[in-house]
Amino acid sequence: MAIDILMPALSPTMEQGKLAKWLKKEGDKVKPGDVLAEIETDKATMEVEAVDEGVLAKILVGDGTDNVAVNTPIAVLAGEGEDLASAVASAKMPDLVAPPAAAPAPVSAPAPATVPAAPAAPAAVYDAGLEVPAGTEMVNMTVREALRDAMAEEMRRDGDVFVMGEEVAEYQGAYKVTQGLLQEFGARRVIDTPITEHGFAGVGVGAAFTGLRPIVEFMTFNFAMQAIDQIINSAAKTLYMSGGQLGAPIVFRGPNGAAARVAAQHSQDYAAWYSAIPGLKVVVPYSAADAKGLLKSAIRDPNPVIFLENEILYGHSFPVPVMDDFTLPIGKARVHRQGKDVTIVSFGIGMTYAIKAAEALEKEGIDVEIIDLRTIRPMDTDTVVASVMKTGRCVTVEEGYPQSGVGAEIAARIMEKAFDYLDAPVIRVTGKDVPMPYAANLEKLALPNVDEVVQAVKAVTYR
Amino acid sequence: MAVAARKAGRAGSSAAGKSTPNKTLARKAAPNTPQFDKAQDLAAYHEMLLIRRFEEKSGQMYGMGLIGGFCHLYIGQEAVVVGMQMATKEGDQLITGYRDHGHMLASGMDAKGVMAELTGRRGGLSKGKGGSMHMFSKEKHFYGGHGIVGAQVSLGTGIAFANRYRNNGNVCLTYFGDGAANQGQVYESFNMAELWKLPVVYVIENNRYAMGTAVNRASAQTDFSKRGVSFNIPGEQVDGMDVRAVYAAGQRAMEHARSGKGPYILEMQTYRYRGHSMSDPAKYRTKDEVTRMREEHDPIEQVRRRLLESWKLSEDELKVIDGKVREIVNEAAEFATHDPEPDPSELYTDILL
Repeated sequence: MAIDILMPALSPTMEQGKLAKWLKKEGDKVKPGDVLAEIETDKATMEVEAVDEGVLAKILVGDGTDNVAVNTPIAVLAGEGEDLASAVASAKMPDLVAPPAAAPAPVSAPAPATVPAAPAAPAAVYDAGLEVPAGTEMVNMTVREALRDAMAEEMRRDGDVFVMGEEVAEYQGAYKVTQGLLQEFGARRVIDTPITEHGFAGVGVGAAFTGLRPIVEFMTFNFAMQAIDQIINSAAKTLYMSGGQLGAPIVFRGPNGAAARVAAQHSQDYAAWYSAIPGLKVVVPYSAADAKGLLKSAIRDPNPVIFLENEILYGHSFPVPVMDDFTLPIGKARVHRQGKDVTIVSFGIGMTYAIKAAEALEKEGIDVEIIDLRTIRPMDTDTVVASVMKTGRCVTVEEGYPQSGVGAEIAARIMEKAFDYLDAPVIRVTGKDVPMPYAANLEKLALPNVDEVVQAVKAVTYR
Repeated sequence: MAVAARKAGRAGSSAAGKSTPNKTLARKAAPNTPQFDKAQDLAAYHEMLLIRRFEEKSGQMYGMGLIGGFCHLYIGQEAVVVGMQMATKEGDQLITGYRDHGHMLASGMDAKGVMAELTGRRGGLSKGKGGSMHMFSKEKHFYGGHGIVGAQVSLGTGIAFANRYRNNGNVCLTYFGDGAANQGQVYESFNMAELWKLPVVYVIENNRYAMGTAVNRASAQTDFSKRGVSFNIPGEQVDGMDVRAVYAAGQRAMEHARSGKGPYILEMQTYRYRGHSMSDPAKYRTKDEVTRMREEHDPIEQVRRRLLESWKLSEDELKVIDGKVREIVNEAAEFATHDPEPDPSELYTDILL
């Protein structure tokens, strides 16, 4: 009985990879544990081991093939004494190559929002459309590359900037965000730490007290709970407690929120947690351009900045402006898409649901405006309120919990500042109020989805 | 006055007690306690007395309702910070926990500013927004004043990290108590400090009680100088009631850290006369124990005796010093009583830069 050898997934979020090299050739005998091939993703290189005994009858996907989807048959293994030719004939050929990652939505809506002349409208709404000068060349890059470039540029610019965290140096980053930094900046400025979040967060804050500008990477923000005392009690409060004498110019960054199938302890969104703390800034980018421009600003900021990334978004590509020094202001939302019927406010990976929902709703004649908050604290209430004054309706979208979440805060602010403009109650689409389950079907249920956003929009537009 | 103390310390450095510390086994302080010259004894006396009188006044003002919240007095432990400060050089930093008034005075911070912070007034070192446990001075290299037990150990290690990053030759003195010594982040910090050879001296002020819990009820290893053994950090136990022993050990430790050999642990065996905080009646120990420590080991009395017996100062000469110290403390208390509270507009300042 011939056995198909499938393209394995190396991580919970891997969808495709490169078959770098075969280490066995057709006709070789293999036994369990033998290394058959090497495969690469943008994060790592791994070996494919044989599970069964037999003869490598046929290689279906050759050396150097890119974008091989997970679970594609890559070879056929014939059992002991089996006829190789018939084994190969019985194997099904793969639909070879996965499509490239879905093309993202445009970076920014082109024209500024025109706010109707309402008496209480905020005086000047920030115009994200002017962030990139007209005619600027754009290049596609992943969020991962954008973050790396942001750090590298700031490290070139300022010798006081350094990166520390688990696996940031020799391993090139657990999620490959710090790839190449050790090679360019050396071990003095790219520092592998022991697995000791509480301790190295405190070390980072202490160094920041003296005026250095640490970038502290948490492998994920789930582990930053070990360090949250240093983040809040030491980093966020010292400026106030010292009467303005001593602050901590530090960036805490890393992936936040659910990845895929990693269950409750590794799947939490901390945006609302950190946004509750005076003395912190909290940035949650969605696009690569925002990731780059905002991380550069975060590194230059004299205050502690929590920079929440997302593992799933790391591999998404977006156009990024080619500029010598592209920075974006912290605390300003971006109108991602203009519309007149309803406002969706989201951030980070929540934007992926919002964008797909808006596309679906467009077909049903509902014109959605999407605001990407980008910064959760300080929150750009003016941009949200101006939009709600125009549309009269609002839906918030986030993966975090409903109680005391970012959506709850937005709803409260809208009620305080634009109550008379509302034609319907604000509805929150959030992660469910449960620890993240492991089972695939339950996990799917626990996260928000596009249909929930669509239904929420229909509810507030009374469709 | 603190500057004077440091200068005196530098000028009259004592060669006694300079033995090589055992790398793996913590040991008792050298039996032959080094001697101070007259200038050193005078400086130490003045500094310690200032802390003593300042803390007595703080206790009094707390009783009058002028100081609120938590207030942890340093009375009894004065020799630790004064001896260590004498072993520092300009640029060295210090950081400590919440029992911090003595550290601030010894590093030369203005007594008026400290006292006005205790009373929550606008002239306080943190504009009245920090209080007893949260004061800082960039100018004097004092990094706080931290209210979370043990947090300052990671922070101090980070300051030492910055010294190494900048290669500036400075050492960070990181103080914590026998209670904090059981916190996890202390050992996370020890590990990184030795791994990266950071210039940090950990000063464990073992005053025998973590709030109300005696050391032997909370600690499996009560020899705190051994707490770095599994990280290869050398340590020694020091008579923290004798400012000369503290100074000599401080010099050894600072030399070790400054020369690139990494961290060093000093367990200062000391004693606090008062309760953990103002609201602690200290019923967990006997009156006799306190009395015995005060009568037989008082750090200030030891120096006073030397000034009278060895340096032949007269009681009148000592009274002049006492008078000067009282004047500083009274002036601070006066200022802290009458300085206005912060302007309400200060509520929303200093949150972000």
